Amino acid sequence: MATFPEFISQNEERDGVRFSWNVWPSSRLEATRMVVPLAALLTPLRERPDLPPIQYEPVLCSRATCRAVLNPLCQVDYRAKLWACNFCYQRNQFPPTYTGISEVNQPAELLPQFSTIEYVVQRGPQMPLIFLYVVDTCMEDEDLQALKESLQMSLSLLPPTALVGLITFGRMVQVHELGCEGISKSYVFRGTKDLSAKQLQEMLGLTKPSAAQGARGQQAPQPPLSNRFLQPVQKIDMNLTDLLGELQRDPWPVTQGKRPLRSLGVAMSIAVGLLECTFPNTGARIMTFIGGPATQGPGMVVGDELKTPIRSWHDIEKDNAKYMKKSTKHYEALASRASANGHIMDIYACALDQTGLLEMKCCPNHTGYCYMVMADSFNTSLFKQTFQRVFAKDEQGTFKMAFAATLEIKTSREIKVSGAIGPCVSLNAKGPCVSENEIGTGGTCQWKMCGLDPSTTLALYLEVVNQHNAPIPQGGRGALQFVTQYQHSSGQRRIRVTTTARNWADAQTQIQSIAASFDQEAAAILMARLAVQRAESEEGPDVLRWLDRQLIRLCQKFGDYHKDDPNSFRFSETFSLYPQFMFHLRRSPFLQVFNNSPDESSYYRHQFVRHDLTQALIMVQPVLYAYSFNGPPEPVLLDSSSILPDRILLMDTFFQILIYHGEMVAQWRKAGYQEMTEYENFRHLLQAPVDDAQELLHTRFPMPRYIDTEHGGSQARFLLSKVNPSQTHNNMYNWGQESGAPILTDDVSLQVFMDHLKKLAVSSAA
Amino acid sequence: MNVNQQTPMASPYGQPQPGYGQPGYGAGYPAPYAPYNNPASVYQPGAPPQGPLRGPPTSVPAPVSAAPQAYSHYGQGEMQNGPPPGSQAPPRPAVSQPYNQGAVNLSGPPQPYPQQYGAPPPMQQVTNQMTGMQISTGPPTAAGPGYAPPHSSQPPTSAAYSIAPHPAYTQGPPPASMAPSQPPPPRDPAPPQPYYGGPPPPQHPASSASAAPLPPPPSSHQSFPPTSYPGPQAPLPAGPQAPLPPGPQAQPPYAQGPPPPGSQPHYAPAPPHAHGSYPAARGPPPPSQPGPYPPAGPPPTSAPPGHYQGTMPPQPPAGQPATYHSGPPPPRAQMPPSSMAQTNHLPPGPQGPPGPLGPPGPLQQPPPQPGMQGGYPPQQNGAFGQVRGPQPGYPGPYPGQQNYGPQAPAPAAQAQKRLDPDAIPSPIQVIEDDRVKTTEPFTTGVRGQAPPLVTSNFHVKDQGNASPRFVRCTAYNMPCTADMAKQSQVPLAAVIKPLATLPPDETPPYLVDHGEAGPIRCNRCKAYMCPYMQFIEGGRRFQCGFCSCVSDVPPHYFQHLDHTGKRVDCYDRPELSLGSYEFLATVDYCKNNKLPQPPAFIFLIDVSYNAVKSGMVNIVCQELKTLLDHLPRENPEMDSVVRVGFVTYNKVLHFYNVKASLAQPQMLVVSDVADMFVPLLDGFLVNVKESRMVIDSLLDQIPEMFADTRETETVFGPVIQAGLEALKAADCAGKLFVFHTSLPIAEAPGKLKNREDKKLIGTDKEKSLFQPQVGFYSTLAKDCVAQGCCVDLFLFPNQYVDVATLGVVPVSTGGSVYKYTYFQAQSDRERFLNDLRRNVEKPMGFDAVLRVRTSTGIRATDFFGSFFMSNTTDVELAGLDCDKTVTVEFRHDDKLSEETGALMQCAVLYTSCSGQRRLRVHNMAVNCCSQLADLYRNCETDTIINFFSKYAFRSVLTSPTKTVREGLVNQCAAILACYRKNCASPSSAGQLILPECMKLLPVYLNCVLKSDVLLPAADVSLDDRAYLRQLLSGMDVSESHVFFYPRLLPLMKLEGDSLPLAVRDSEERLSKGGAYLLETGLHLFLWVGANAQQELLLNIFGTPSFGQIDPNLTSLPVLDNPFSKRLREIVDAFRAQRSRYMKLIVVKQEDKAELIFRHFLVEDKNASGGASYVDFLCHMHKEIRQLLS
Repeated sequence: MATFPEFISQNEERDGVRFSWNVWPSSRLEATRMVVPLAALLTPLRERPDLPPIQYEPVLCSRATCRAVLNPLCQVDYRAKLWACNFCYQRNQFPPTYTGISEVNQPAELLPQFSTIEYVVQRGPQMPLIFLYVVDTCMEDEDLQALKESLQMSLSLLPPTALVGLITFGRMVQVHELGCEGISKSYVFRGTKDLSAKQLQEMLGLTKPSAAQGARGQQAPQPPLSNRFLQPVQKIDMNLTDLLGELQRDPWPVTQGKRPLRSLGVAMSIAVGLLECTFPNTGARIMTFIGGPATQGPGMVVGDELKTPIRSWHDIEKDNAKYMKKSTKHYEALASRASANGHIMDIYACALDQTGLLEMKCCPNHTGYCYMVMADSFNTSLFKQTFQRVFAKDEQGTFKMAFAATLEIKTSREIKVSGAIGPCVSLNAKGPCVSENEIGTGGTCQWKMCGLDPSTTLALYLEVVNQHNAPIPQGGRGALQFVTQYQHSSGQRRIRVTTTARNWADAQTQIQSIAASFDQEAAAILMARLAVQRAESEEGPDVLRWLDRQLIRLCQKFGDYHKDDPNSFRFSETFSLYPQFMFHLRRSPFLQVFNNSPDESSYYRHQFVRHDLTQALIMVQPVLYAYSFNGPPEPVLLDSSSILPDRILLMDTFFQILIYHGEMVAQWRKAGYQEMTEYENFRHLLQAPVDDAQELLHTRFPMPRYIDTEHGGSQARFLLSKVNPSQTHNNMYNWGQESGAPILTDDVSLQVFMDHLKKLAVSSAA
Repeated sequence: MNVNQQTPMASPYGQPQPGYGQPGYGAGYPAPYAPYNNPASVYQPGAPPQGPLRGPPTSVPAPVSAAPQAYSHYGQGEMQNGPPPGSQAPPRPAVSQPYNQGAVNLSGPPQPYPQQYGAPPPMQQVTNQMTGMQISTGPPTAAGPGYAPPHSSQPPTSAAYSIAPHPAYTQGPPPASMAPSQPPPPRDPAPPQPYYGGPPPPQHPASSASAAPLPPPPSSHQSFPPTSYPGPQAPLPAGPQAPLPPGPQAQPPYAQGPPPPGSQPHYAPAPPHAHGSYPAARGPPPPSQPGPYPPAGPPPTSAPPGHYQGTMPPQPPAGQPATYHSGPPPPRAQMPPSSMAQTNHLPPGPQGPPGPLGPPGPLQQPPPQPGMQGGYPPQQNGAFGQVRGPQPGYPGPYPGQQNYGPQAPAPAAQAQKRLDPDAIPSPIQVIEDDRVKTTEPFTTGVRGQAPPLVTSNFHVKDQGNASPRFVRCTAYNMPCTADMAKQSQVPLAAVIKPLATLPPDETPPYLVDHGEAGPIRCNRCKAYMCPYMQFIEGGRRFQCGFCSCVSDVPPHYFQHLDHTGKRVDCYDRPELSLGSYEFLATVDYCKNNKLPQPPAFIFLIDVSYNAVKSGMVNIVCQELKTLLDHLPRENPEMDSVVRVGFVTYNKVLHFYNVKASLAQPQMLVVSDVADMFVPLLDGFLVNVKESRMVIDSLLDQIPEMFADTRETETVFGPVIQAGLEALKAADCAGKLFVFHTSLPIAEAPGKLKNREDKKLIGTDKEKSLFQPQVGFYSTLAKDCVAQGCCVDLFLFPNQYVDVATLGVVPVSTGGSVYKYTYFQAQSDRERFLNDLRRNVEKPMGFDAVLRVRTSTGIRATDFFGSFFMSNTTDVELAGLDCDKTVTVEFRHDDKLSEETGALMQCAVLYTSCSGQRRLRVHNMAVNCCSQLADLYRNCETDTIINFFSKYAFRSVLTSPTKTVREGLVNQCAAILACYRKNCASPSSAGQLILPECMKLLPVYLNCVLKSDVLLPAADVSLDDRAYLRQLLSGMDVSESHVFFYPRLLPLMKLEGDSLPLAVRDSEERLSKGGAYLLETGLHLFLWVGANAQQELLLNIFGTPSFGQIDPNLTSLPVLDNPFSKRLREIVDAFRAQRSRYMKLIVVKQEDKAELIFRHFLVEDKNASGGASYVDFLCHMHKEIRQLLS
């Protein structure tokens, strides 16, 4: 084992896990003094092309409260065919199928390189994938047309056996019966009245059919697998294409000064209800496409009077958003129903104004990995390509999505789990490894994530419970096991098990090794998730203050300084980037709501808490590349000083990909030099960032907003708001110089931030 | 749930009453008939008769004519003239003159009458003591012309009655038919007597004595000599007449009779009888009679009458009045009508008295001429009563009568206690008389003039009052004071059919456009400009005829007045010269101050198992394809602007998007029936032409889609809600066509349970069965009305569906309910489709508000019909079609003045089928009277019955049916008793005296009492009763008339263009060898006698054998013979006449189905306890006597 960074990256490669500390303080007291909590970022379905799934089921510890999976850390008695659980120390017999086991004939799960292993459950029926489209019809014809086309296109991307359903809504909600001959049929519901699943079942006439299906069971091989509303793509492909083709704009007249009545709340409720009563506990996606806010019925976020604007942060602070609470409650109820049944709720919101994502955020958040997409219109490549990418497939030709997953965590006795932050809901499974202190979604050792994709990442917060006076034997390791059961997009049920362990260290004696094991990137993201989570319920300034205090304490704890001498402050390399992350985090849209609508904030936060570390870091601290004639493209500081007239900048904030042409470059471009053969190099220069951007665009999900701007362009604001304002109108000494561009802001620059931080860190008063 | 394919028929109807056709009658009838006939024929002469009778002897022909006049005069002069100087007076003169002739007495009499009778005199009852005489009244005005009229009109009738017993009836009614029978009658008399039963006898004595007095009650009622009469008369006729001294009289009559055309013979015989009887009585009087006769004689001009008259004359003195007095009275009021006069007095009484009768007789007699006035007039009224009563009652007279010879026997017969059915007022006769009489167009200009009966064909000229096709009143002379109204108990009501269809030769109301300012109205009461507005101050202002308020004439409407104070442009402006016209409404008259959208039709089709199985769904869908081309439109050249929408439903509702741009219709299912809404707007209501392809495709697919349905439960409330919501969403008025099969038991608002409980029938709780089961529908109806959503319900039940509840919405929204019990595609298809077609195509208005304004002094207090009222004055009709009628009752709140009369203006604001907002105004002015006699003289029994039945049928909601029935009988008795007390000439209490105009009141009332609603047979379902109850509420007079008293046509001979003369609804009248067509407005029966001639069967069915007739036939085979052709024409004509298609049911005598048929023979006793006409008349008489004593 080489350096910690290598170790960390190795582990991440293999297990998809990153810890804030890679050597754990051995006592509870010490652990709490570490400031940054012991926690892990887990990417359960991290892509492992090299990991073939095992075609049998895992061997479980026989202790009822443990049920840990046999793993490489277990001690095995090959002769007695026994193995000892490394979590509860229970001794277990190998099952009969393991009779041939020996030191030389070990099953894969005992091999160290298989600390992460995937099993395929052979029992149970293969469930089809289910896609239920919930389509808003209150939008401009152009938009609707684009949406219809996207949906029609998506049919061709679905596996033929997948079940699809269609619900459209406007003032009314229509559940379309598929596969009708002649007259197309749909069931219509009032958009102002919520229905329970039972009512819905009756109204859709689903009770009797199921009985009838039972009767017909003998003839039909897979009776329960479809009903009138959800049918296999192969069967109703044409029908549905026509149906989508004939989809009309909501025909109810909208008088001037009004918003169209949009029954989104009920539509989603019906979608949830429909799946609830037909396919409970089966992976399914409810894909909701909305062109505006819900304006009536449960879940409405704004009235239909145009003169009353949709709530802003200002309104929310003033407690002036009269629909918000009720609406949020509605969607929360829906989310919990959907997640209880393992259904995913995706939201594709394409509108210029807000659509109520704030209220609906729990739907995607709670139902696990989900797509919440925000674009201006369905008629943009942003939506079209994002949507197309939802159906991206891996090498095996299966979707990169998993359904109805549950994550269970097993811990060594010395640690317990406090909670999780990420797109999950608690399953309320109490167990010996559940901590009393809750962080995020706590109080459980099992979570449900209705949908997962390879980048979905959970932050799991741990607590060391080992008492100070109960030393851990030398060389002891704390172990964690993550068991993720999910429905693979091929329909199989699979179980992925990751078992990982870290060394204990006595914080008093081995503080250096602990400090050296600090993973500042993971720590930054873990802290950020905590802060984002707080921001949901607390006032912005409070969160920032909390964040600052944590940072100061960390500096005090791990910094090297003389008291009251700011200039003496030094941070070791493992901590050096951390304050900078915090600086950008404070300025990020995850914590700053200024200039963002509530919807945007929700959207950003949603994305932030579900993406993996690398991407989350980009979100916190965008990446900036510079292109110039002075040399090859290079990453440059995210600083106003990087903005130079002869440079082209490429900024990736995850949500946006921005190409900025410096003043001179922009003039050259305007003069058309790139058209001239003698300035072919200039053309190449212009093209380089575009190519790179394309590359990014291709891999990124959801699609970022692509912005091409130049010095003085209005969209340059996206860049200017991100860079460290090292040069502003306030520090005139650089004013007018050639290097960099001043930012007109009162925000503090990183330099000032660091100065203050040092001062506070070394202050004895703190 | 299942489709029970039982035959509906059987159950619904009660068994025919076995009892009815009492053989006895048969025998008796003929006799009576005969008399009737005579009377009939006589009628005309009727009036004259008296004259004739008297006169006849002398100058048969000429006199007659004179006589009639005289009669009329008399009537008028005598009774009414006195009181109602104005109008009456004139008539009198004329009349009187004739009278004079007939009986100078008349002239004299008049005065006397007044004296004697006081008030009554006014009545024109010519107291024809004897039937015949009385009849004379008929032709009020022109003596000469009068005759004719007289015949038809009152005289006959009255005669019939009074004499009915004897001559009168005979005369009036069935001249023709009777003729044959008559002959026999004479002898039959004896039998008749039995009818009269005991009562009469007693009366006779009394009558005889009192007879004299009786006569006095000149009022023109027909008095029945109830019991006694028949007897006496019959006897009289037979024996007496011929033999009698009356003989002379009678003879004269006879002689006269002969003179009269065909009828004469009949008459002759009849009269004889009548006369005879009278004569008998008169016998003594003869002398006097002569006297009278003379007068009569002159009148006798009319030969036929002559007979009567002959007899009458003598009677006249006494009896004349009684008998047909009515006739005379009319004259007064309106010359012509007056002549018609009311009098249906039973002659007997009068006769007895008048003529001969002992003591009184003399007295009267002397007066006869002079006295006659007195005596007779009164009698007129009572004629009938008199007849019987008198005879029985008047012991004295009787003797006299007896003297007559025939009479004598009569009494005996009377004792027997049966009324001769032929002797009592015959609807057929009255109808026929009116029909014959009605030759001139009816002009509406004269105030207080009663129009021809609904059964007559006539042409109307609008001269300032609304045509009777739009408005009919119960009384055309309203009492001036509330006291009078209360005393008479005659309901004051108008039956208004605002959008009635006019025959092609009459001009529909003109459309007046007053420009942007809208119609000109009175400032205070808001009455619309009409002929009753008086322009003053040179035309600058006008005074409202209703409230007397003076308003300014808007400048743009100003016009100068001519020297009479009329505007110069009076005849250029419909609103100044016509009774009915329309205004174009301005935006102020529109909902939300927005011009209305064209209306929409929504078809809501039940597609549950039953509906599909019965074939209904298929038929409807097929038919709609063609029907959609016939949506109502105002301009036949244009496409209809009415939009259509389609919904099917069982437990859930399916809406259809049939937008023109779609390739296929789209079905939108709404299963949230608890909270109904419309799932789509655009594409639901479409223009037929544009969406034709899609609609056709939809209609083709609906039956297929639900062919295999197994859903048996249905909803109903949500269906209407859906339609309502759709109209709301489209912001227009419209009509829903709901095709429904079963009790809505599915869980939804308005869910119902089966509550048919036979045990409740007849109990105090019975009323609850007519009330809606839940309040939901009432609320819904209110909402519907607010939106202008009219609901038409087509029911296809196989079992109880609770029509009482389901019908709430249709009935409250101006819609109709159609019920096809045990619907079978094959046999009921035609009926249903015709109904549907007619319903879809008929002109109608939407979102209507009707308001009736009246002169100060009366006001509209109660309304009956299919509508909703949210306050006490505005009748709100979501839909108003050409068949819907609103009946309005008026009450006094102050005094009315005779000068100004009573005005009413009915204004209907509605949206036409092209979406135009309009106001239709009907104006009606009637006279006001301070004499009760005038009231009784200008009534319309058909309208009264219409009102009574509506009132009663509504009362069953709140009272037990028994109470309702009793109430009706009581009121009717009170009306007649009041007449008897105040208008009829004094006569024996035993004499039944009916006003001429109301002589059919008992028979019709009996029909009402026996209707399924008020007196259900054991097998009449609750649904049927509720259905009929609701149905009636919107009926106009002509429909209610035939509904209660079905039309029964003998089919033995069909010649020419005229219909054969109907016969009375009694089994007695059916000949085994014939075939009859019976029409009720809802059903059409073809009854075939078991011994029908082969030729007849061949002509009708194309088969010579009775046994081979298919009883399931629903349409007549098309045979190439004139008879078949004519019969089919008749059937078609009947159907065309009614708002609902009548399915033809072939009833073979003694077949099971005959039970149903017999149910409609309303003069017979029925199985559920309904009295026969005769029995009821006796009962009514008893009631009246009780009131009088």
